[in-house]
Amino acid sequence: MRIVYAIILLMAVLVLNFSMMHLAPGDVADTISQSMGGADQEILDQIRADYGLDQPFLVQLGRYMGNVLRFDLGYSFFYNTPVTQLILQRLPATLLLVFTAQILALFIGVILGVISARKPNGIASHFVTILALFGYSAPVFWTGILLLIGFSLKIQIFPVAGMQDVTIEGGFSVHFLDVARHLVLPVITLGSIFLALYSRLSRATMMEVLGSDYVRTAKAKGLSEREVVYKHALKNSLSPVITLAGLQFSAVISGAVLVEAVFSWPGLGTLAFQSIIARDTPTILGILFFSALVVIVGNLLTDLALRFVDPRVGSKG
Amino acid sequence: MPPIIPTEEIAKARHPMAEAWEMFRGNHAAMVALVVLTLIMIIAAIGPYIYPTDPFDMVWAPFSPPGVDGFILGTDYLGRDLMAAIIHGARVSIVIGLAAAFMSVFIGVTVGALAGFYRGWVEELLMRITEFFQVLPTLLFSMVIVALFGASLPMITFAIGIVSWTAVARITRSEFLRIRELEYVTASRASGATNAKLMFRIILPNALPPIIVQAALMVGSAILFEAGLSFLGLTDPNVVSWGQVIGSNRQYILDASYTVTIPGIAIFVTVLAISLVGDGLNDALNPKLRQR
Repeated sequence: MRIVYAIILLMAVLVLNFSMMHLAPGDVADTISQSMGGADQEILDQIRADYGLDQPFLVQLGRYMGNVLRFDLGYSFFYNTPVTQLILQRLPATLLLVFTAQILALFIGVILGVISARKPNGIASHFVTILALFGYSAPVFWTGILLLIGFSLKIQIFPVAGMQDVTIEGGFSVHFLDVARHLVLPVITLGSIFLALYSRLSRATMMEVLGSDYVRTAKAKGLSEREVVYKHALKNSLSPVITLAGLQFSAVISGAVLVEAVFSWPGLGTLAFQSIIARDTPTILGILFFSALVVIVGNLLTDLALRFVDPRVGSKG
Repeated sequence: MPPIIPTEEIAKARHPMAEAWEMFRGNHAAMVALVVLTLIMIIAAIGPYIYPTDPFDMVWAPFSPPGVDGFILGTDYLGRDLMAAIIHGARVSIVIGLAAAFMSVFIGVTVGALAGFYRGWVEELLMRITEFFQVLPTLLFSMVIVALFGASLPMITFAIGIVSWTAVARITRSEFLRIRELEYVTASRASGATNAKLMFRIILPNALPPIIVQAALMVGSAILFEAGLSFLGLTDPNVVSWGQVIGSNRQYILDASYTVTIPGIAIFVTVLAISLVGDGLNDALNPKLRQR
C-alpha cells in the first residue's frame, strides 16, 4: 500500500517536472541552436518536430513519462551523456554522504539525548542546547567553510576537496580509508544540524518516558538504573526520533547540495550546481526526480525501521 | 448584592497580549535578541543612506584586512568594501526573509485551515499535496525554479515560499482539528455563523499562537535559504547579499578568511536572534508548554 502511494508520488513529481520544463522560457531547440551558434526558424522548427516539441502538451507529457519508465530521463547536451547515466555515476557519492550523516546523527543524537535526559543539568545537556541553537542558526555552507579553514588549511589533517585521492594506490582497505578521510568533514558539517535536532527530541521523549508508570514499575522490581534506561525506556523513546529522522530526508538532501558545493564532493548536489550554471535543463530535472526518489525510499526505510522498533506501527495499516 | 467576582480579580484579568509581553520580558535571552534584531532591521532600513559606499565599487586594494587602511571590515578579492556589502546585504536578507515567510504562512494557513475545517475529501486532497511538497528536497526544488525562471528577487522569494509552507499547514490543520470540536465553536455554529466566519473569526484567532511562533522561525529559515541560494550563485547579480559575498570569496579563504567569516557571522547573528525571539514568543504565547 505504501509502495503504491510512493509510485503515485513519483508520478506527480514527473508531472511537475515536465510542466516546469514546459513553462520555462526556451526549449531544447533553443539549446541546440545556441550550441551551434544560432539557427534560422526553419531549422528550429525541424528540431522541434524531431523532438516532438510541436505535439500537444499531454502527448508530450505521456511520452516523457513513458521514457522515464524505461529509465530514460533525456539527454544532457552539456555533458553529451544520457542524463540517467550521468546521475547514476554521481548518485553513490550523495547516498554515501546522506546516509552516513543521517545514521551517525541519529545514533549519536539518541545517545546524547539519553545521557542528557538522565542528567538534565549536566554537560551533555548543555552541549545539546548549544548545538541546537548553533545548528539551527549557522548556515551549513558557512560551517563547512569554517571547518575547512580550521582542519584542512590551518591544521592540515583532512583533505580540502573531493571524495578520493586519485594518486593513492593500494587495495580496498587503502581506498576505503582514503574515502573515509575525505568523508569526515562533510559528514560533520551535514550531520551536526540533524544531530542537534535528534538529540533535542530524544532528550524530551526520554524525559517523558522516564517519568512514566512502567519505568517506575521496572525500577520498583529492582532493575538497575542502566537496565531500566537502555532496555525499557530507550525502546519506547526511539519511535518519535526515527519518525522525525524520516521527515528530515528532504532537508538532509538540501543540506547535502550545499555541503557538496563546499567540499567539491562529486555527488548530485555538485552536478545540480554545475548543470544550473550550464542551463542544462534535462539534467536539473533528472536530479530533482532522483532526489525525490531518494527521499521516498528513505521514507519507506524509516517505516521499516519504525515497525522494527515498535510492532504496533505495522498493525495499524 | 455584592458583585459575584471580587473587584480585585477583575483588575487582575488583563489583556492576554499584555500578559504575553510580561512573560516575554522576563526572558533575558529573548529580550537581548529582540534588541539585536531591531538594530539589524534599522541597519537594513537606513544603513545604505548612512553608509552610501557602493558594495560593487572597487574602492581599494584587494585583501586589505579588517581595520587596516580605514576599512573597518577590510576589502574582498576585488577590493570592494566588505562593510558596504554587509550593510547593503542586510536589506536583501531581511526583505526576502520576511516576504518568503509571509508567503509560506499565507499558503500554509490557507491549506491547513481548509483541511482542518472541512475534513473529508478536502482534507485528504490537501494533505496529499502537502506530502508531495515534503518529498521534494526544498533547496533543489527552489534551485530549479530560480534556474528555469530567472534569478530576480521576487522569483527567489516565490521559490523559497512555495517550498516552505508545509510545516505551517500541518500545524494549522492540527490546531483547527482540535479547536473545531470545542464548545464555543459548536455554539457559534448553532447560532448561525457562516463557514467563513467560523474559520477566520472564531477558530483562526485561537489557533494563532503556535502559528505565530512557527512564522517567526520561518523568517530565520528563509534567510538561511536565501543565503544558501545566493552562496550557490542563484541570486540577482545586481543586488548584494550576504550569501553571495561568501560564495564569491570562498576561493580566497587561504588569503583572506575574513571575507567569508564576517558575512557568515552576520547571517548567524540574525538567524540566532530570530530563533531566540521565536523561543521567547513560544514561552510567552504557550505558557502551558513552559514545563517542557
